[in-house]
Amino acid sequence: MNRHAIWAIYRFEMARTLRTLLQSIVSPVISTSLYFVVFGAAIGSRISEIGGVSYGAFIVPGLIMLSLLTQSISNASFGIYFPKFVGTIYELLSAPVSYLEIVIAYVGAAATKSVAIGLIILATAALFVPLHIEHPVWMVCFLILTAVTFSLFGFIIGIWAQNFEQLQLVPLLVVMPLTFLGGAFYSIDMLPEMWRTITLFNPVVYLISGFRWSFFGTADVSLAISLGMTLAFLFACIMVVGWMFKTGYRLRT
Amino acid sequence: MQPIISISGVSKTYASGFNALKDINLDIRRGEIFALLGPNGAGKTTLISIVCGIVNRSGGTITVDGHDIGRDYRAARALIGLVPQELTVEAFETVRATLSYSRGLFGKPANPDLVDRILKDLSLWDKRDAKVMTLSGGMKRRVMIGKALAHEPKILFLDEPTAGVDVELRQDMWAMVRRLSESGVTIILTTHYIEEAEEMADRVGVINHGEIILVEDKSELMRKLGRKQLKLELRQKLSAIPAALADYRLELSGDGEALTYTYDNQSDRPGVASLLRDLEIAEIQFRDLDTQNSSLEEIFVNLVRQA
Repeated sequence: MNRHAIWAIYRFEMARTLRTLLQSIVSPVISTSLYFVVFGAAIGSRISEIGGVSYGAFIVPGLIMLSLLTQSISNASFGIYFPKFVGTIYELLSAPVSYLEIVIAYVGAAATKSVAIGLIILATAALFVPLHIEHPVWMVCFLILTAVTFSLFGFIIGIWAQNFEQLQLVPLLVVMPLTFLGGAFYSIDMLPEMWRTITLFNPVVYLISGFRWSFFGTADVSLAISLGMTLAFLFACIMVVGWMFKTGYRLRT
Repeated sequence: MQPIISISGVSKTYASGFNALKDINLDIRRGEIFALLGPNGAGKTTLISIVCGIVNRSGGTITVDGHDIGRDYRAARALIGLVPQELTVEAFETVRATLSYSRGLFGKPANPDLVDRILKDLSLWDKRDAKVMTLSGGMKRRVMIGKALAHEPKILFLDEPTAGVDVELRQDMWAMVRRLSESGVTIILTTHYIEEAEEMADRVGVINHGEIILVEDKSELMRKLGRKQLKLELRQKLSAIPAALADYRLELSGDGEALTYTYDNQSDRPGVASLLRDLEIAEIQFRDLDTQNSSLEEIFVNLVRQA
């Protein structure tokens, strides 16, 4: 194991985060605050409790997930896409590092950043609504698991993308809608029967549901299914990354 | 002695079907400065990229200090430093941070003293805390060399290191290459400034259309393929070469004021003495004479043209 290389890449990526502190930390905090003002206070005051939880508190896990997913994907995809774009990837490819080490470093750094953002948003949320976390250990588990899974997914997008447009395509056109429709702002029980069935094909439902369970002890789907689906997606991403590296897909010609 | 790099039967066909390399066989000797010459698109960069692990080969084997570059890529790559042709740098980082990053990437523990020494050697010390993007092109080139040296490689690849570099930096670079060579580092450089190869290299390889067409000690090459020219400045203009001198390979300059005689310096009878005698008989007088060896550039151009 080339741990010096893992550490070098990790530090390098974290330095990028610190360089863009305003964009990386301040902007998610501001947008989350806006969600609280709009959905929690303005609209939420007219919505009754959902499953015994006030609407303002109910949307907290969904909002954290929303940021976690988009941040994980954008951090990881940009992290590997940018060296490809400017050409500095030559050094990574010529270095004595294994694919596993590359993934650990890039995905680790992206996940670290999104977990930090998730926790900051949680702290911000606590300023707006009284929060009680039923299962803190599970909460952290879901946070880390989701961050790692979606950083891996972002890493795949970063290798796949051949221009900046493609880089934005998946987060904007796939992940955002799936998150909004995944029950970030409502319980899927509130949907009509048909839509509820359709929604069950949305993987984000399981992430949000499991995460929400760790907060309030109630969920749309069972914990085991949430966990299972998250792990299945993680496994699928690992398989794709493995295949990409084995074939040199868009990295080594 | 075992070669430090051994390339045998290496070929490369890109997905587009372009056959960039055909059955390349080449050994690089330990500690030498090897110049790889070839016109644009000949396959120089592809060959280097394969040895360094950036491009996958289609066939053949390569060992670096006995380590197979596929099976034993860690050991092989750890020995190599690469300065690619394109100026690609981590624009937002400081100079010192990019060097430390490179060192770590190649599996070496941090060594700030060494990084500082490299920065001083490359005249980057004043810029150590500057962001790379604020540097001039020449300075960025130095940064890339610094990055390649940060992990103390035993082999250094310089792909067109002096393309677009001013005279001062080029001389600095030559001095650095000599220093590295003296410290035992094997250096492989590609260049299209042939005088660079002529000045620096111990051996020269010529690649064209994906094939190595020649590998030779530089001095041997110059001796074997080199021609000599004798240039005579005439006292009186000539309108044509006299018939009495028709047997010599003579060329008359456009203004008729100079004669150039080309001969093979390997030959036992270069014919210089007899030419001078025959000139006297023909009553052609000259003001001055000058002899020249052909340069590596001419040899190179001739070789590539023949192929």
